[in-house]
Amino acid sequence: MIQTDILIIGAGPTGLFAVFEAGLLQLKCHIIDALPQPGGQLAELYPKKPIFDIPGYPSVLAGDLVTNLMEQIKQFQPGFTLGETAETIEKLEDGTFIVTTNEGTKHQAKAIAIAGGLGTFEPRKPVLKDIEFYEKEDRGVDYFVKDPEKYRGKNIVIAGGGDSALDWSIFLSNVANSVTLVHRRNEFRGALDSVEKVQELKNAGKIKLVTPAEVVGFNGSERITAVDIEVNGARMKAECDYFIPLFGLTPKLGPIANWGLEIEKNAIKVNNALDYQTNIDGIYAIGDVNIYPGKLKLILCGFHEATLMCQSVYNRINPGKRYVLKYTTVSGVDGFDGTRKEAEKAVVKSID
Amino acid sequence: MSQDVTIFITDRNGVKHEVLAPTDMNMNIMELIRSYELAEEGTVGVCGGMAMCASCQCYVLNDVVSLERNPDEEAMLWEAYHVKDNSRLGCQIPITEDLEGLEIEIAPEQ
Repeated sequence: MIQTDILIIGAGPTGLFAVFEAGLLQLKCHIIDALPQPGGQLAELYPKKPIFDIPGYPSVLAGDLVTNLMEQIKQFQPGFTLGETAETIEKLEDGTFIVTTNEGTKHQAKAIAIAGGLGTFEPRKPVLKDIEFYEKEDRGVDYFVKDPEKYRGKNIVIAGGGDSALDWSIFLSNVANSVTLVHRRNEFRGALDSVEKVQELKNAGKIKLVTPAEVVGFNGSERITAVDIEVNGARMKAECDYFIPLFGLTPKLGPIANWGLEIEKNAIKVNNALDYQTNIDGIYAIGDVNIYPGKLKLILCGFHEATLMCQSVYNRINPGKRYVLKYTTVSGVDGFDGTRKEAEKAVVKSID
Repeated sequence: MSQDVTIFITDRNGVKHEVLAPTDMNMNIMELIRSYELAEEGTVGVCGGMAMCASCQCYVLNDVVSLERNPDEEAMLWEAYHVKDNSRLGCQIPITEDLEGLEIEIAPEQ
């Protein structure tokens, strides 16, 4: 069982920054996220797009903000359970919580911070006969690339026309035995460098492009051996070990909706006058997932909410213990890994 | 001061609303729907207006606005459900004084 002080659900910017504020208070964090990488929407939806309203950054790419946050929190050694969805919660008599994921991973924590943003990103699945059979138990349909090594030496068919279809085709063309990219149109929509790279790899024979086309069926009795592709009304068969449809993700509040929390407008009601706690003592909700009068779904508001939540958890875990707010410039930052960051001392020296 | 325009929006339950939309706040149809809460929060404008989710898909019911889609919008609608010839993404329709009298219907949830 994974043990921690604060269990954060959601590895978006709000959840990541909470690790920093918790660390300043000597609180340890562990983060669960349904996606295989940290960053939430920023990493999944728009990593290459700029954000203009992060204080102090006139412009920052969403992906860079995530990279920076990961760098900022690394000395507090957060744990991660990625690619799994928090499914059930149990409150024990001692006031701690046990959260279990869809894959059975158990986490015990003194407080829960739900930083789930829009909710769990669920893949948009193509409507295909027998897809429910092949998506289970490694039978060949995957909706995420969690571990690229799994595809080494294999034959892969990817479907989709956006950034993730392009980027994974590029990446896997160096790992897999073959990569076939199937898309309904001839035009792809992604960052210019990705589109150009796919063009280059296609010309070099490293990616096979099939457009305008659609995967319409599966072959294989125990697992996939080939997919049927319809190109301009004609059928062809493409041998493959894996079919990866990348048609985007739809956020759903998911199992958290059944935790007994007060929900309004698809968001979790919190006490914004104090500490962003929900109706369940010890469970907080911060960032885009919460709602209160005047709520704004902005990253900068999530940062503020995360900070107040951490102070409240500190008081909860250490009742009556004295604490004053510290400034990092004055006190420095002591990491759990033994590192210390501090301001350089000014010199006291006479000038002749 | 710039003029508000009147827009008619049929919600997902088939109820028709007449709403006033400001033309000077850099708003689009998706944001207008959200500001009047004509669809459940979290079911419209999910991606924030980047033409990346199609949750704000609308059917244009009169000829006040062009049915011509921009390339991002076209690409998204290719992958969306319930798409018709008169589908547009609300987030790609800026509210201007030309939209006076526009009639749209919000498409079903994706």
